[in-house]
Amino acid sequence: MGDRAFPPGPFPDVPEFFPVRRSCRKLSGTGRAGAFCGRMTGVNMRRCRLSDGEGRGGGLLLRLSVFLAMGGMALLFLMIAAFALPVFLHGGEGGGPFSWTWSPGQGRFGILPMMAGSLALGVTAAVPGWIMGLCLCCWLLSPEKGSRIGLFRRLTGGLVRVMTAVPTVVYGFAAVFLLAPAIRKGFGGSGFSWLTASLMLSLLILPTVVLVLQAGLAPRLQAVEMPGRAMGMSRLELLWHVVLPTSRGTLLSAAVLGFGRAVGDTMLPLMLAGNAPVAPDSVLSSLRTLTAHMALVTSNEVGGAAYDSLFMAGLVLLLVNAAVSLCLRRTGGGA
Amino acid sequence: MRRLPFLLFRALTAFSALLVPAMVCLLLGYLLWRGLPVMGPELLFGHADPWKAVLGRAPVWDGLWPACVGTFHLVLLTMLLAVFPGVGCGMYLAEAATPRQKRVIGAAVDMLAGMPSIVMGLFGFMLILFLRHTFFPHANTGLLLAACCLALLVLPVLVASTREAMAAVPASLRLAAAACGLSRSQAMFHLFLPAAARGILGGVVLAVGRAAEDTAVILFTGVVANAGMPAGLLGKFEALSFDIYYISSQYQDQQELLRGFGAAALLLGISCLLLLAARVLENGFRKKWQGRA
Repeated sequence: MGDRAFPPGPFPDVPEFFPVRRSCRKLSGTGRAGAFCGRMTGVNMRRCRLSDGEGRGGGLLLRLSVFLAMGGMALLFLMIAAFALPVFLHGGEGGGPFSWTWSPGQGRFGILPMMAGSLALGVTAAVPGWIMGLCLCCWLLSPEKGSRIGLFRRLTGGLVRVMTAVPTVVYGFAAVFLLAPAIRKGFGGSGFSWLTASLMLSLLILPTVVLVLQAGLAPRLQAVEMPGRAMGMSRLELLWHVVLPTSRGTLLSAAVLGFGRAVGDTMLPLMLAGNAPVAPDSVLSSLRTLTAHMALVTSNEVGGAAYDSLFMAGLVLLLVNAAVSLCLRRTGGGA
Repeated sequence: MRRLPFLLFRALTAFSALLVPAMVCLLLGYLLWRGLPVMGPELLFGHADPWKAVLGRAPVWDGLWPACVGTFHLVLLTMLLAVFPGVGCGMYLAEAATPRQKRVIGAAVDMLAGMPSIVMGLFGFMLILFLRHTFFPHANTGLLLAACCLALLVLPVLVASTREAMAAVPASLRLAAAACGLSRSQAMFHLFLPAAARGILGGVVLAVGRAAEDTAVILFTGVVANAGMPAGLLGKFEALSFDIYYISSQYQDQQELLRGFGAAALLLGISCLLLLAARVLENGFRKKWQGRA
């Protein structure tokens, strides 16, 4: 009776059916029941040997898998907290991780410039990405003539889905040889700058933003479409006057999600932002983000206080993204 | 005057609808334009004989073959580690969890889904430091560690897709199972799981794509540029995504650069194919159940 461990499922009107099972066994087994269900649904049920012990085994398997998944996750949080908290509490050598100078030669290991870099890059990527994503999503949702969807629109929708699968390192590779030289020629400097990285990052987060917005806005648009069309408004007007003002939660969560992805990405800042460990002062200056900093520290330094800053950076990233997902749950619940 | 913001908005939508596809096509088109001409056996095997290289008799020095094999091993190992917890957790959430468990586990999985991949990499790195200081002084980063961290990375994808696929199994099937007297777990393992198999497989393919493209995790956990074929579970390895990054920053000559373009085009192709496969599986799944339900 391992099944008793399971709480009632999605059908409250189907209670635990012990009597049914007993009668089932009298009918020489659940095999016949299984075959019936199988025929009905086209699922191959030939090799089903159902037994009583199986319920317990299956439940245990599921519990084990949940335990494994949760255990891995808990280990991740524990490990990062255990390595980073001592640094956080005692500070490190040479002014600790919270100072504005990073020069390992002099024993200064401040990560504040990298935090400023991450914040600056995250915001400047999330804002254009969000605006472009919003406009693109509205354009995708608003075919002008009736409900006929044009070929170009369908292609663009497909392209947005393909964009979710493009590896970041491929974006980075293309931008190193195409965008960076263009920026070098157009604006001067080395080409590896805040501007380059934020352009590519906004392109990276765009599909996320579009898909989140589309999932949130499309049902609302559908709900008001009939009355709106009867009043002579086009779908774009409906979106602008009715749907967008009432779906602040969706708009906010798309922006927050975009920001989270932009802050968390490693390869694009590492390849494109130039990686100078100072706070950025213009869009053409080079900057270093926390993520790129972590990658560079592990490849260039060995142990000691440099690693302390690495753990600190990891903790900061962890906290930022935990805050982002909490915020998403809040807005998701409200919307 | 009240219409001015709206007109601006309309112009902006049209503008971004032109700008975004143009930018993406420009970038990817440039990549393919440089990368496609070098596609061929030389890209993979360099000057070595392809058959000997595939059989492992001849080392490949100037080709992508070791990186491809490394990525393949990595993805395979990741999936071996991740599929059981991911699918099981998704099934538990969809079928057996109490509302409170759903809330807690769901929140944890969401949080893990939002974690940047580099945090997983850092976790692997810390794990090795920890093991060195405690039980195994000779522990070092390698294939198994990278696969563990990647498994943690793709876990939320698997959980979410399994959960959705199980939820999409039609109510009529549930009622039929109950009417036939199947117990909850019998119905779950013998009916709902096979019924949702295609949707779950779509999620697995999606997870394979994520594991194959990720660079930040393996950067911390034992990828190197010239490892040759992967030596074993604890050995260092090469990977396609890391090779692309490495070539972009360290290339010596034009030929190596072209190999980088080839590798990028190859990885792009693989990712797009995997996405396509996942979509096809998922569409088939939906069509089947929407047709029947």
